[in-house]
Amino acid sequence: MAYSDKVIDHYSNPRNVGTLDKSKKNVGTGLVGAPECGDVMRLQIEVDEATNVITDAKFKTFGCGSAIASSSLATEWLKGKSVDEALAIDNMEIVEELALPPVKIHCSVLAEDAIKAAINDYRVKNGLPELEAAKSHH
Amino acid sequence: MLKLPIYLDNNATTPMDPRVLEAMLPYFTEQFGNAASRNHPFGWQAEEAVDYAREQIAQLINCDPKEIIFTSGATESDNLAIKGVYEMYAQKGNHIITATTEHKAVLDTCKHLEKQGARVTYLQVDEKGLINLEELEAAMTPQTILVAIMYGNNEIGVLQDIRAISAIAKKHGALFFSDASQAVGKVPVDVVADGIDLMAFTGHKMYGPKGIGALYVRRKNPRVKVTAQMDGGGHERGMRSGTLNVPGIVGLGKACELCRVEMEADTARLSAMRDRLEKELLTLEESYVNGSREHRLPHVSNISFKYVEGEGLMMGVKDLAVSSGSACTSASLEPSYVLKALGLSDDLAHSSLRFGLSRFTTDEQIDYAINHVKEAVTKLREMSPLWEMFKEGIDLNSIEWAEH
Repeated sequence: MAYSDKVIDHYSNPRNVGTLDKSKKNVGTGLVGAPECGDVMRLQIEVDEATNVITDAKFKTFGCGSAIASSSLATEWLKGKSVDEALAIDNMEIVEELALPPVKIHCSVLAEDAIKAAINDYRVKNGLPELEAAKSHH
Repeated sequence: MLKLPIYLDNNATTPMDPRVLEAMLPYFTEQFGNAASRNHPFGWQAEEAVDYAREQIAQLINCDPKEIIFTSGATESDNLAIKGVYEMYAQKGNHIITATTEHKAVLDTCKHLEKQGARVTYLQVDEKGLINLEELEAAMTPQTILVAIMYGNNEIGVLQDIRAISAIAKKHGALFFSDASQAVGKVPVDVVADGIDLMAFTGHKMYGPKGIGALYVRRKNPRVKVTAQMDGGGHERGMRSGTLNVPGIVGLGKACELCRVEMEADTARLSAMRDRLEKELLTLEESYVNGSREHRLPHVSNISFKYVEGEGLMMGVKDLAVSSGSACTSASLEPSYVLKALGLSDDLAHSSLRFGLSRFTTDEQIDYAINHVKEAVTKLREMSPLWEMFKEGIDLNSIEWAEH
């Protein structure tokens, strides 16, 4: 399969690989996917509680190049966004930015799910109500 | 200077040996005759070339030259053998025994025959990839006409116990067919000593050309016949019509001769390189060789690297032309059915690479491959949440994964 230049760039030079301290109250962690499906993404955000702005984002992904690129791109986009802005990120924006082919759209869906899961984790930790169940793509 | 990418997918196909090409060339433009033309020297020359090739082939597998039926390749030979026996021996029975790790050309042919009334037993294999001989014996019935078990597996290189299998088939009055595409030319295959009644093989897996293959069909003890699957001029003792592919046949003959003469030296060199590659890659934690390491082709290694995903790994080893245990073309990954048959979990089957060496593989290429794979696996593991969990001692089975 031919990958787009952007996918190759993110795969070869992934941004923000790493781990945040999930015991911290202002860190939200999302773990989505399943090993037997060939994709597992863990995406973490660190939020400035005063401004509600995401100050740091990290990921680790088990998956194909498109899955790695989708999560790498997501962390780039998350930094500096408010939590509400982050919630508005749609998987199709990732598809467009990375020029993902139809068979790889599920990678972008997974990245969106990971963002929502991380935000939800942050909200629950801080006594906010859970998000409505992330809209189902499946 | 090392040329990239490095070709290590020699179970898919091998490059042609230049000596084979040289032998073939005159038969395209100068000696282009039809081997069935009996009335002029063009035909005689072609027939002579074909007869010589038959002898070269026969010498490699220890058969009579008349027992070679030329085909377009192993897929056609598999079809001709299985369908041809099924039709020819219909009066005796309709039962075929094969194994779950066979090539698709065998499995799908069997499935095709099931729709026409055949009863097919698919033997399971153990974690090493070997069939159980007691299960084979227990599956034999008076209606069993054919046992179809491959010689060496294309994905993991495992060699079945061919002599024991053929003995069981013979004892119960069934014919024994083996797809030996991966084995002929690589390990000593002797149809007499091995007790093989029908055997498929092909040029392009043994440094010969594509588009030419053969089916060995035993002529005595017992005399085996197969029903032709194409109608026409009745070539190849009536079993396979069609003008003979003379350049291809000359190439297959030459390839067989080279394999016979050089097998011992090739095997020693290739198995030493393969073992070095394997030893080095197994220094990576949580890496496993798939299939038997004792009963195996000398030039193949199939290794799973746990906690890295197969397609990501393929992208990481872009300087190598290798094959992966998963075909990821959509959201639903298709792990290799051969690796699954060994009992591998989906994630281990996904994260496997098959290395296939050839006569032309160099030590320098193996050195490069070792470093390249090590770097890719290490990099992907640093990026893998599963690896991190494993390192923290978290049991991945204890996590409730969201299926998607």
